[in-house]
Amino acid sequence: MDDIKTIAKELLSSGKVNAVIGYVNGTDKRTKPYIATTPEEADKLVINDYILNNLAVYLTRKEVEKYGKVAIVAKGCDIKSIVALIQESQIKRENVHIIGVNCSGVPKDFGIEFNAETISAKCLNCQVRTPHIYDSLTGEAKDLPKADDNNLKTIRKVEAMTAEEKWDFFEEEFNKCIKCYACRQACPLCYCERCIVDKSVPRWIERSAHKRGNFSWNLIRAFHLSGRCIGCNECERACPMDIPLSLLNRKMGMTAKEEFNYTPGMDINTPTLVGSYDLKDNEDFIE
Amino acid sequence: METKKFEPKIIAFVCNWCTYTGADLAGTSRMKYQPNIRMIKLPCTGRIDPVFIIKAFERGADGVLVSGCHPGDCHYNAGNFHARRRWIMFNKLLDFLGIDESRIHFSWVSASEGKKFVDVVNGFVNKVKAKGPFEKYAKLNKEYVING
Repeated sequence: MDDIKTIAKELLSSGKVNAVIGYVNGTDKRTKPYIATTPEEADKLVINDYILNNLAVYLTRKEVEKYGKVAIVAKGCDIKSIVALIQESQIKRENVHIIGVNCSGVPKDFGIEFNAETISAKCLNCQVRTPHIYDSLTGEAKDLPKADDNNLKTIRKVEAMTAEEKWDFFEEEFNKCIKCYACRQACPLCYCERCIVDKSVPRWIERSAHKRGNFSWNLIRAFHLSGRCIGCNECERACPMDIPLSLLNRKMGMTAKEEFNYTPGMDINTPTLVGSYDLKDNEDFIE
Repeated sequence: METKKFEPKIIAFVCNWCTYTGADLAGTSRMKYQPNIRMIKLPCTGRIDPVFIIKAFERGADGVLVSGCHPGDCHYNAGNFHARRRWIMFNKLLDFLGIDESRIHFSWVSASEGKKFVDVVNGFVNKVKAKGPFEKYAKLNKEYVING
């Protein structure tokens, strides 16, 4: 199997793509996103345990769109978000060359040793460690360290609470929010040119970091990603206040699976969940 | 002194073609229903963005009624099918966040169902009256929390 440098150089020198979005080494136990436009620049690209960023977020950015056809280094979860972008007609399949990475899991964050304790929750039940859609493939998948799925345990714990307890739990969590919108910026699927919080007439969601605005923002953010979120957990990693956003995202993902047997980001030809309907959808709750 | 009875504030988001016309029929037929609802007319249930419902609760609504054409009767063919799917997801999210699902009532009321409209409104108003006021969202009000 070719390594990332060989693949990227070949793509750039043959003119198949105009840029390769990938990772380069940062300081200790970190990588940073990098856009290589020449074969020489492609020499810097790396694949290691710390390729955390979901680079698909760049595909819808104007600065990257100007390159035309690009290649992107993507783990299985990142490829799911690329597929979701194609499903939602944001990018064209022929404009993106996917360099899939066989993934051995990633740690929760940069700068920490990768082991059973620090493995990201999203990796534990991953179905796409060998990417499901790709144009080139690189990397080698090692066995995942074994770990408990504490994220799912917390979801089950919250589900078992009474309405009052749930409210208090989330009120306290959302209370921490400082409205920096890092969750939105890190999310490959939050690509709206004008986000609903940026609209001032009418002002749907109050922007100051007070309890009510925080609650509404986090509620609406979670709803806008319902049935769309592919679970890359970048929002939670980007959050400076450690709000457990993955609880909401994952819960809604589970709901989409239970109610509609739908998983986003698996097939480019499947219509999106909220962009389609079924005559037989459940309506027990409607009088 | 007589204690003041709780009169819930209920916001109704209804579609122009069915429920609003159904409500009109109830009115022209001189049918009476409880005056607790404030009706907001929209072109279609598909136009009812969940953010409207959130806004209603933010501003102190005790309940929200959402109503439109029966499946298959949509003036725009499929608006209510899309809406239905959205509500299923929205309901589950509210439930997970601890907002009582029964504060929101969904119904299909056609233009000829003036009687059903009256029943839906009376039934929902009584239900909300029994539950009491919904204050926790509106109470979140202007408490600033910039404290890290």
